[in-house]
Amino acid sequence: MCGIVGLFLKDPKLEPQLGALLTDMLITMTDRGPDSAGIAIYGGAKDGLGKITIQSATPDKDFKDLDGDLHDALGQPVTMKIKSTHAVLEVPLDQMEAARSALSHLRPGVKVMSAGDSIEIFKEVGLPKDVAARFEVSKMKGTHGIGHTRMATESAVTTMGAHPFSTGTDQCLVHNGSLSNHNGVRRELIRQGMTFETQNDTEVGAAFISHKLKSGETLGNALEATLTDLDGFFTFVVGTKNGFGVVRDPIACKPAVMAETDQYVAFGSEYRALVNLPGIEDARVWEPEPATVYFWER
Amino acid sequence: MQTFDLGKEGLRALNSSLHALKGQTNMTAWEVINPKGAHAIAAGVDAPVDITVRGSTGYYCAGMNKQATIRIKGSAGPGVAENMMSGTVIIDGNASQYAGATGRGGLLVIKGNASSRCGVSMKGIDIVVHGSIGHMSAFMAQSGNLVVLGDAGDALGDSLYEARLFVRGSVKSLGADCIEKEMRPEHLALLADLLKRGEADGKAKPEEFKRYGSARKLYNFNIDNASSY
Repeated sequence: MCGIVGLFLKDPKLEPQLGALLTDMLITMTDRGPDSAGIAIYGGAKDGLGKITIQSATPDKDFKDLDGDLHDALGQPVTMKIKSTHAVLEVPLDQMEAARSALSHLRPGVKVMSAGDSIEIFKEVGLPKDVAARFEVSKMKGTHGIGHTRMATESAVTTMGAHPFSTGTDQCLVHNGSLSNHNGVRRELIRQGMTFETQNDTEVGAAFISHKLKSGETLGNALEATLTDLDGFFTFVVGTKNGFGVVRDPIACKPAVMAETDQYVAFGSEYRALVNLPGIEDARVWEPEPATVYFWER
Repeated sequence: MQTFDLGKEGLRALNSSLHALKGQTNMTAWEVINPKGAHAIAAGVDAPVDITVRGSTGYYCAGMNKQATIRIKGSAGPGVAENMMSGTVIIDGNASQYAGATGRGGLLVIKGNASSRCGVSMKGIDIVVHGSIGHMSAFMAQSGNLVVLGDAGDALGDSLYEARLFVRGSVKSLGADCIEKEMRPEHLALLADLLKRGEADGKAKPEEFKRYGSARKLYNFNIDNASSY
């Protein structure tokens, strides 16, 4: 199973409610997958500042004085906002690579969940309501976001095995389904220079798309290529700095419902996830077609 | 009229009330409000009652229905009227995948579109879709009738047994062993009756449809192919 939710806001008036709306949608999907949950939120891009979301199994130790240590290493101002096992570091955009490199020396146990101008990812083992509460997702603002609740099939139930997976700057992907050729695709991508954190099939799907985007393909073409090169079942929802995309495999066993109004485009594994959105009674509601790429960008 | 607020009273209370209706009852009209996409609404009903669901439903609404008339004033999630035995299910909106799957009897009417695998493995049910249907519909369908006023997706009627398929619009592709067949007077009469019962008689005429059925080459043992088995 697995449950996916997504929300792309067209109306800036809803931006302060993005986290609250997504949290409600994700909790509704809890019984599609109780193993772990995660959320990617895009928002608060500030001029010249990038965000690195990090995670640690021992946050008390790893996050202690990390902002100061990074400041010393970079010679640039660094701010850190700690949320439970995760922290969001803000550094000047031109210092992102240097900050990641310094981080790997300063705190080798820390994992990078995401990096980019506007993306933040929070994910942990546990139920959506607990994970959302832990990271105070309902207070988050933003322009668009994606959530996932996992029923693990292809790899272990761990923090790093939870979705969303981020394999490129400001990119993320969530997945309902299972890929059958992920080992072969992973080997090929490693040869092309991509790196992997887990043995998870979904991370391969994410890295496949990131690799295409890195090679200069458009998001539409990258999503199109999943239909020919990835084997297995999938409904993917992909987030980028400017929007989100949806694609389902040609068999389309994994459910997907979308709703669009003047205020938003919403995605849910089931209609239940959408019922509390404002104006849903008058929304255009449809199922995305199999083997068809959809995306919304601003 | 019994009005049941699903948001307040919950699914188990609804279905156990409906399951308690046996044979003749004086509580013949039911209305379910606040369905909000919940699963298994009015599944397993076995009584000649009329149930109206005011809104959209999740998985398996009206599954295994016997005798009841169930109207959905919205869209239906996956597996609506799955394995229906008798009675009628009428959906005002669209239906998700495998609507009417394995249905053994009764009538399923979908006024919008149906998605993939509509009528998969149907075994006697009649399905009337006012819009179009998705890919792999009527896969391994054994008996009954599927009527589609719009178009059909890929691989219609793959590995078909003896179900009859009537499509008014285009068929993207036919599945293995499914062929177009001639429309004889008995089929026109059958269609006229199905369109009427499916609340579609004002929308289409029987002679506008094409009939598809099994070429019967796949499911009969052919001695000439013995070496390939």
